[in-house]
Amino acid sequence: MSINWFKYSSPTTFYPLAGKMIPFFGWLTALLTIGGLYWGFFETPDTLSDQKEYYRIIYIHVGAAWMSMWLYIMMAAWALAGLVFQTRLSYMIASAIAPTGAIATFLALWTGAFWGKTSWGTWWDWDPRMTSELILLFLYMGYMALQSAIDDPRRADRAAALLALVGLVCVPIIFWSINCPNPNECAALHQTSKPGGGNMDPNILIAMLVVALAFWMYSFVAVLMRVRNIILERERHTTWVNEMLEDKQ
Amino acid sequence: MRDLTLAMRRRTDVLTTLFFFIIVVSLFPLGAGTEKMILMKIAPGVAWVAALLASMLALERLFASDFADGTLEQMLLTPQPIFILVLGKVFAHWLLTGLPLVFIAPLVGLQYYLPDEAVSTMMLALLIGTPILSLVGAIGAALTLGLRGGGILLSLLILPLYIPIMVYGAGVVSASATGTTDLQAYFSILSGFLILALVLSPIATAAALRISVE
Amino acid sequence: MLEITNLTCSRGDRQLFTGLNFSLKPGSLLYVEGRNGTGKSTLLRAICGLFLADSGDILWDGKNTQSLAEDYTKEVVYLGHHNGIKDDLSGLENLRISTVLDGDDVTEEQIWNALKKMGLKGFEDLPTKVLSQGQKRRVALARLLLNSSKLWILDEPFTALDVAAVDLLQSVIADHISKGGMVVLTTHQEVALTAGQIQRLELGKKKNKNV
Repeated sequence: MSINWFKYSSPTTFYPLAGKMIPFFGWLTALLTIGGLYWGFFETPDTLSDQKEYYRIIYIHVGAAWMSMWLYIMMAAWALAGLVFQTRLSYMIASAIAPTGAIATFLALWTGAFWGKTSWGTWWDWDPRMTSELILLFLYMGYMALQSAIDDPRRADRAAALLALVGLVCVPIIFWSINCPNPNECAALHQTSKPGGGNMDPNILIAMLVVALAFWMYSFVAVLMRVRNIILERERHTTWVNEMLEDKQ
Repeated sequence: MRDLTLAMRRRTDVLTTLFFFIIVVSLFPLGAGTEKMILMKIAPGVAWVAALLASMLALERLFASDFADGTLEQMLLTPQPIFILVLGKVFAHWLLTGLPLVFIAPLVGLQYYLPDEAVSTMMLALLIGTPILSLVGAIGAALTLGLRGGGILLSLLILPLYIPIMVYGAGVVSASATGTTDLQAYFSILSGFLILALVLSPIATAAALRISVE
Repeated sequence: MLEITNLTCSRGDRQLFTGLNFSLKPGSLLYVEGRNGTGKSTLLRAICGLFLADSGDILWDGKNTQSLAEDYTKEVVYLGHHNGIKDDLSGLENLRISTVLDGDDVTEEQIWNALKKMGLKGFEDLPTKVLSQGQKRRVALARLLLNSSKLWILDEPFTALDVAAVDLLQSVIADHISKGGMVVLTTHQEVALTAGQIQRLELGKKKNKNV
């Protein structure tokens, strides 16, 4: 069976489809959030190495941080699709992802600051990964600023898409440069990716993954809802939108 | 062709950028105190931040006047590949704004008590680094062409992308001032960036110009 | 030969025209007519490749102009609302630059002659910022004389010109047509042709459903 994917690349057909998908992802989000947080709060040990209860912020922190990066990649991917196939919907999705990505980034920084204050005794440290996350926030901001600064929606879409791609090329380089400012010692500077090393309780990991998944589903919901809004706004002059609005009244 | 672009730019203000750089660099000791040790320590960072800002300041004008009088449209319609034209314009831009910074660098060294080797390292790093600034900045300049508040937007878009250049550009100067590590690796990385920027930036800039001129 | 098939363009969320078709043979002149805001300039910009159409094809000798890229732009001269000349440079320098960029082999003498023909004798060396609007327009139009391109796309070329210059430009256009060239222009002035044919295209007549 082959599905005609391009059928859904038109805003007209995508709008109702997105409407149908939202409740589905919405329920998934709710289930996964409740399940993951329950698991994280009640089924896991009280301490993570030397950290006490406050380590539980990890469930939100890590999920948000993962999503912030993943969403940037998705945004750039849709932007690329837009530039290649000239489909308006791709741009709309890309620009709908940006705010969610920025929120995830901000959330990761914010929870990280609280966590840092309790465990390291400081709100902020120029730790490579924190700095990278901050830069990522700047990139999201740049994307949204450029998009909103251009009046003509088509130019705004395409310019922002190009910016997202340029950003995507630069991101690895930026992160890498922050990670090893001294190229001679780069090999020695290997970040441990989990606080507390590899001996984490599997329950913590499970809860973390479930919440991360919940974040992912939430992103679907948020992005789809925002795309629907963008479609309505952009297509407000077209007949199908007007007919639909009249039906509802 | 490049000479032509140069000739077109000849009358515009080279000196403004240069003095901007000098002023920014001179302000830091006034703010941070004139203690020799501190100044030596912050010198590489200050010089690079000033270089970033100076190049940023000039970038705004890279395509703006051509856009306003329609010559940019004409350039897009010539049978020359656009990325060559972009390369020409960026090169001219760099000659007028980047290169002077390289020659003014010893002055920074004087103000900040840097040892001689560090000064020559800084000049070399600026020589490799400033073209990258111009190349990457050109993308931003093309994207923000003709927008309200384009200058501020431009810095928002481009400054994060400048980070790697600053990290290694300033890093190599610090390393040379303390004399601890091998400098070769820094320069290899900076040169790598330059090559990457030379290849990719004109293509992206050309695409951005097409989008903006519409 | 230039062919336009099924061209649709929009600006912002307003559709300017849909499904536009026409073709232009060598030795003919196309008037693009229509009220303000019907998309005349956009159409002209789309033809020369400055504006990306929503859908439809623009073919040159049967090949898509986007894939022809530089092979197509070589055949086109575009003169828009802006004169495309640098204020700081003299007419002479401006033309020298544009001919080099256009890849035309033009001698210094030919440039002097072109400026002279456009009635700019004595002004060749002055920076164009001291010239009047009409004189600047003449400098821009002098490019037509020095160019070997087949297709001229002129957006309101007669604005700011005095009677003598209008006559002059009309004869230049007629001359180009008679040599087998093609001209697309928006204007309110008629051009008397000695040879070739005239086509007309009126935009904004059909009521666009989305407006």
